[in-house]
Amino acid sequence: MHPAVSVIFFTVLSGAGFGMILLLGLGFEIDGGAGRAFVVSLVAGGLAVAGLLASVFHLGHPERALRALSQWRSSWLSREGIAAIATLVLFGLYALVWMTTGDRPALLGGAAALGALVTVFTTSMIYAQLRTVPHWNSALTPAVYLGFALSSGWLVATALGGAATAGLWGLALVALAWALKWAWWVRASRSRLSTAASSPETATGLGFLGRVRLLERPHTGENYLTREMVHVIGRKHARRLRALALVLGCAVPLLCLALIHVTGAPAVLTLLPALSMIVGLLAERWLFFAEAEHAVSLYYGNR
Amino acid sequence: MTSLPASTDKRLGLVIDLDTCVGCHACAVNCKEWNTGAGASPLSDADAYGADVSGAWLNRIHTFEVTPADAPAQIVHFPKSCLHCDDAPCVTVCPTGASHKRSEDGIVLVTEDMCIGCGLCAWACPYGAREMDPVENVMKKCTLCVDRIYDEVLPEEDRIPACVRTCPSNARHFGDFNDPGSHVSRLVADRGGIELMPEMGTKPVNRYLPPRPKARAPAAGPVAATRPQTAKADGFLGWLDAALDKLG
Repeated sequence: MHPAVSVIFFTVLSGAGFGMILLLGLGFEIDGGAGRAFVVSLVAGGLAVAGLLASVFHLGHPERALRALSQWRSSWLSREGIAAIATLVLFGLYALVWMTTGDRPALLGGAAALGALVTVFTTSMIYAQLRTVPHWNSALTPAVYLGFALSSGWLVATALGGAATAGLWGLALVALAWALKWAWWVRASRSRLSTAASSPETATGLGFLGRVRLLERPHTGENYLTREMVHVIGRKHARRLRALALVLGCAVPLLCLALIHVTGAPAVLTLLPALSMIVGLLAERWLFFAEAEHAVSLYYGNR
Repeated sequence: MTSLPASTDKRLGLVIDLDTCVGCHACAVNCKEWNTGAGASPLSDADAYGADVSGAWLNRIHTFEVTPADAPAQIVHFPKSCLHCDDAPCVTVCPTGASHKRSEDGIVLVTEDMCIGCGLCAWACPYGAREMDPVENVMKKCTLCVDRIYDEVLPEEDRIPACVRTCPSNARHFGDFNDPGSHVSRLVADRGGIELMPEMGTKPVNRYLPPRPKARAPAAGPVAATRPQTAKADGFLGWLDAALDKLG
């Protein structure tokens, strides 16, 4: 699949934003007054909104984006839009009450947290629902999205939270998220189109005659389908990108968190592992798209 | 509404005969011609006269080589357009309601001015039946020439999809698959019509008729190394021939 930069930024940044909203809504401890509450809420909401805006401008007709809220009965993309807006409204109200009164209403926070959970889940289901892309078509996909949203959200929230020390939760969350991703990679390495029983033979229905091979494409040039779904250039640096994702997204954050914990350094230093993880996740998300095979490639010479 | 109808009154679709298709691309060309002039918007091309030409097509002709285990390879031309699936995943993923399946005849359509161009429907389709228009930035797909088949202004023989109307080798057939007596239903029953990628669970309406078995020539033995035989000459030439043979 073609790795669209806007969608990569959207899923990584809004994942971190909604992860923060989830934690803050559940009462994640923030030390400081209204000013601190404002900054943390602004970053959480800002990351979520930035991601949403990136995805809206990725559309062919952004001016019609509001129409996307209408088909929640059948469409995960529509559900995502509704869940995201509802969550941002709830969290906005929560942040307003928090800044003005210093109180953090548990019910409103819980609702925003639930909304954030649902939003990340609906985002992941846009991919997980597709039978045409065997890599994505798995219950592990939502698990990975939720894991990364929570862990990256925890890192950013801790970095900005003003606490004297960072707890050990971050280590557990980052490790858990990457354990899920590792399981996802192991499954992906075994799930090709052929495991979904698809092949050029089933794609053409000619398997009863013999082995099927593409002789000529319909046209000499590229087309929308080959650019979007038979995209293979993005796989060129797959091994290096995976190493980058593991080092920046997993090893560096774990090491930093351990050092911060052992030395008792102030939590604000968590900013370093937070940024490192987000860069690592951009590489991870690139591969999520670039390495995914689509069924239509069977009509274009893939086997 | 992007929920699928439980059933449709008619199930209009195509039968494509892989035995008679000659791969001339006439169906694709007539499809492009009709749909660039008659639809809600042109079926656009980008850089149409340049080096990097690319455009939206609703029908594309692939060519496959099929190699049986015990016989030489054969060539199969393979036209591919929307299969108007009963369980169309492209419809249910659409967030705006632009993509829909009609309950009266089962045709899957895109309402262009509702489409936001997110491209998710094209991801959901295993057949590559949907293409983004590079100029209009909305999703385009086969309409089964909905603007021809019901148009009473057209002569009756023209009220079929443009691809079917133009096929010079009679490889394309149009009709109602819900009617067991229809031309298309009988073709599918008689010739064993194929469903593409049934494992994707899309329940396509369109069917492909497999190539008929080839008459196979008996395998030829190794060709013996022989010299061309010349007829025996008589008379003077016969004596000369024999004399020269004796010389070695």
